[in-house]
Amino acid sequence: MSEKPRSFQGIILALQNYWAAQGCAVLQPYDMEVGAGTFHPATTLRALGSNAWAAAYVQPSRRPTDGRYGENPNRLQHYYQYQVIIKPSPPDLQALYLGSLQAIGIDAALHDIRFVEDDWESPTLGAWGLGWEVWCDGMEVSQFTYFQQVGGHDCHPVSGELTYGLERLAMYVLNVDHVMDMPFNDPQSPIPLSYGDVFLQTEQEYARWNFDTADTDTLLQHFKDAEAECARILEQPAVDPKTGKTIIMAHPAYDQAIKASHLFNLLDARGVISVTERQAYIGRVRTLAKACADAFVKTAAGGAAA
Amino acid sequence: MPDLLIELFSEEIPARMQSKAADDLKRLVTDGLVAAGLTYAGAAGFATPRRLALSVEGLLAESKPVREDRKGPKVGAPAQAVTGFARGAGVAVDALEVRSDKKGEVYFAVIEKPGRSAAEIVAEVLEATLRNFPWPKSMRWGSGSLRWVRPLHAIICILSDEAGAAVVPLDIDGIKAGADTQGHRFLSPGVITVTGFEDYEAKLKRAHVYLRATERAELIWADASNQAFAQGLELVEDRGLLAEVAGLVEWPVVLLGKIDEAYLDLPPEVLQTSMREHQKFFSVREKSGRIVQFVTVANTETADHGATILAGNQKVLSARLADAKFFWENDLRVAKAGMQPWLDALENVTFHNKLGSQRDLVGRIEALAREIAPLVGADADVAAQAARIAKADLSSEMVYEFPELQGLMGRYYATEAGQPDAVAAAAQEHYAPLGPSDDVPTAPVSVAVSLAEKIDKLAGFWAIDEKPTGSKDPFALRRAALGVIRVVLENDLSLKLLQFISGASPRDDDAGQTQNSGLDLLSFFHDRLKVYLKDQGIRHDVIDACLAMPGSDDLTLLVKRARALSETLQTDDGQNLIQGFKRANNILTQAEAKDGVEYSYGADVKFAEAPAEKALFSALDAAEAKIAPAMEAEDFTTAMAAMADLRGPIDAFFTDVQVNADSEILRRNRLNLLSRIRSTCLRVADLAQIEG
Repeated sequence: MSEKPRSFQGIILALQNYWAAQGCAVLQPYDMEVGAGTFHPATTLRALGSNAWAAAYVQPSRRPTDGRYGENPNRLQHYYQYQVIIKPSPPDLQALYLGSLQAIGIDAALHDIRFVEDDWESPTLGAWGLGWEVWCDGMEVSQFTYFQQVGGHDCHPVSGELTYGLERLAMYVLNVDHVMDMPFNDPQSPIPLSYGDVFLQTEQEYARWNFDTADTDTLLQHFKDAEAECARILEQPAVDPKTGKTIIMAHPAYDQAIKASHLFNLLDARGVISVTERQAYIGRVRTLAKACADAFVKTAAGGAAA
Repeated sequence: MPDLLIELFSEEIPARMQSKAADDLKRLVTDGLVAAGLTYAGAAGFATPRRLALSVEGLLAESKPVREDRKGPKVGAPAQAVTGFARGAGVAVDALEVRSDKKGEVYFAVIEKPGRSAAEIVAEVLEATLRNFPWPKSMRWGSGSLRWVRPLHAIICILSDEAGAAVVPLDIDGIKAGADTQGHRFLSPGVITVTGFEDYEAKLKRAHVYLRATERAELIWADASNQAFAQGLELVEDRGLLAEVAGLVEWPVVLLGKIDEAYLDLPPEVLQTSMREHQKFFSVREKSGRIVQFVTVANTETADHGATILAGNQKVLSARLADAKFFWENDLRVAKAGMQPWLDALENVTFHNKLGSQRDLVGRIEALAREIAPLVGADADVAAQAARIAKADLSSEMVYEFPELQGLMGRYYATEAGQPDAVAAAAQEHYAPLGPSDDVPTAPVSVAVSLAEKIDKLAGFWAIDEKPTGSKDPFALRRAALGVIRVVLENDLSLKLLQFISGASPRDDDAGQTQNSGLDLLSFFHDRLKVYLKDQGIRHDVIDACLAMPGSDDLTLLVKRARALSETLQTDDGQNLIQGFKRANNILTQAEAKDGVEYSYGADVKFAEAPAEKALFSALDAAEAKIAPAMEAEDFTTAMAAMADLRGPIDAFFTDVQVNADSEILRRNRLNLLSRIRSTCLRVADLAQIEG
């Protein structure tokens, strides 16, 4: 085991190295606003179809309703998830996962690590799976899921998905009580930076915008636009008239579904969605996600015969 | 007589499913063995987070051979039929026997099934059990198609006797049965090979796994109680949590920790709920009831005796409680200012899309509580105020986070808002009773709001035709009806339900429909009442006999009547009176049908001849004189006793007097006398409904 990480980025790097050594393709974050690492097409879309797949990546995630102006020691509207997805799920996935905890300095001989039932469901993605939340000394440090269905499609083979809440995990490993106090880079660096140095101001700015300033009419219009564009993309004929090739545009359509999902989250944070409407909006996003999944399984990456 | 040991070793099985899964494994395997002809002496199922296990003792080594004589077509039937029969029976045509039957010569197939070895049968039964296991939720993993609760890794399936142990050959989707398992994930990594159940349980214990859930639970409870006691504290009993925690550990290690001072002022229910729901901690309290510490149960032993684990748990708890405190303090600000923003916010919360928002609901409850209040001894204005704020806490942050604290938080916040105690109490108590063992409210204001809430709910769902059907009762309407019944009866309230259930309906556009749905709902109440009273030993036919009487929407009155009747029927006089009544009623009904008249003129004593006849006249006079005022005073016991007194005179009458006398005058007078028996008894209850 290498030296115990001393900073937030040290933990990220340790995870990157560990999963790279296990043979995962280390991808970069998806360049869109998402609520969780699962939304990255490397998970949502690649969990579909029969092709084998193994990827790991950091995903910046946004949950507007969780904003606390940087004051709450644990809650942020923008945070990082570390995501691992392997298809088919290997028989030793639990052992591999425990190895990753060891790699970031959580020694199973000293800590109490438990797999506690927590079935995962994403109504917006039309997805569900069975698994656990992993507890370390009573704290949830990861979500561990065997995908059973995504976008309304049965997963076969089944993907194993690991999601680490990086801030919480790092705070625990680094023994920090407030997220903003956590060392972002090595505290011995010439210019040591804390998490607060990097993110306190943005937490305040976004909290204000998310809760009070974002223009709801504009957001609503953007939601409708994304919904319409998604449908329009998927209506295009499979064969591109310009190149004469079959190009199903599953990813561009899925981008619009991601957009719609995030816009819904923003509208929710602005408090303009009633309980009854909520279900309807979630249903609309799910319809988009399912349509994208339907399109993706017709592509080569989705396992369709060439 | 071999013994069988099965273990299904998997990734972590959800705690809530373990106990039933152990039972299911035992049931499915033993049923399968018995069905295949293998009897056994005893069996027991076990579960830990990572394994289901089954021990079957004293199994037959092989099933007995079975011989079946199967009857086929007649001799001379078409050849096709004969060959078809032979094929179906699995014997050659030459092997068919010809036997004589009543109808002539018939083919018989003699099918011999040899006995099968236990191993063969066990393999077959275990595979069928695995493939059809009734998990509440199951999953696939990897590239396979087998379903299990979580990935299944290994199977032990061994038969052992004096000669030794043998693995039952079995391969399910690539998982081969063997004699190997693993102990504790962290404390005893590595493979264990076992030879039978005793060896298995002992080796598991050495490998830091307690196989029995009861043993784990007892260890946890004993150790936690002792540690709390040593600090002069007391562990708060929580059996549900104990069972769950016992399903989360293979090697329980109890750790007692302190709650940060900063959070000790939170309401104890908030502390307990937060610790229980999120952290699965037990609460530990002082003698005064104040919760000050917690117990967490780890699944491992460490070199630092759990210090790191406890510190981590304490830290997580502090973060949780910091959240709870944040909610509590935010909520207190709203509460102290009068809670108006919460009341306004109820407008945006849908109660049911056909029944409007929570705010609409509150409006209806308020109106209804005002009406009910004077009948239950509550001040109408106070009850209305209590109804108005009863749902305010649904908008609070604490209830959003912990829905199970609804009502309780309402009470705290109403108190903070300066509401009178009766109003604050109603915010909590109007939900009661939540289950058959839950106490009913007794404070008048709470009673008024509790009844208003439940009656409105029932009337509302009845009006939109969302009634419970079969096992489906998504809005818990049976519970609501039972709640009304218990609140009314246990508080001895006199309420005419019909007045409220037809008035509470939000859709009064169609008076006729409202009335019908009111009567339908009343009969739903009566059905629930029958179930409720059955548990108290009052038969349904007794209630039916009382339902026919006026005022059956007054449940207290109805039950008083039913109890009195039930008690009367338990006496010798009462039981015989029923026979007498039925005899009188039968004779009368037949005569009325035959003669085409109704004998209700009133019998005249001057035509009475026999002493028994005269005696019956005076007995009826006496009974009626007692029954009328007693019924007026709703003193059913006295009325029923007076009725039961008729037993002797009626019996004597039937013994000594012939109703169908030769004299038409005498006959008519006697039929009219029977009619008096009937009408007198029917004033008390419809005895014709009584069975037997």
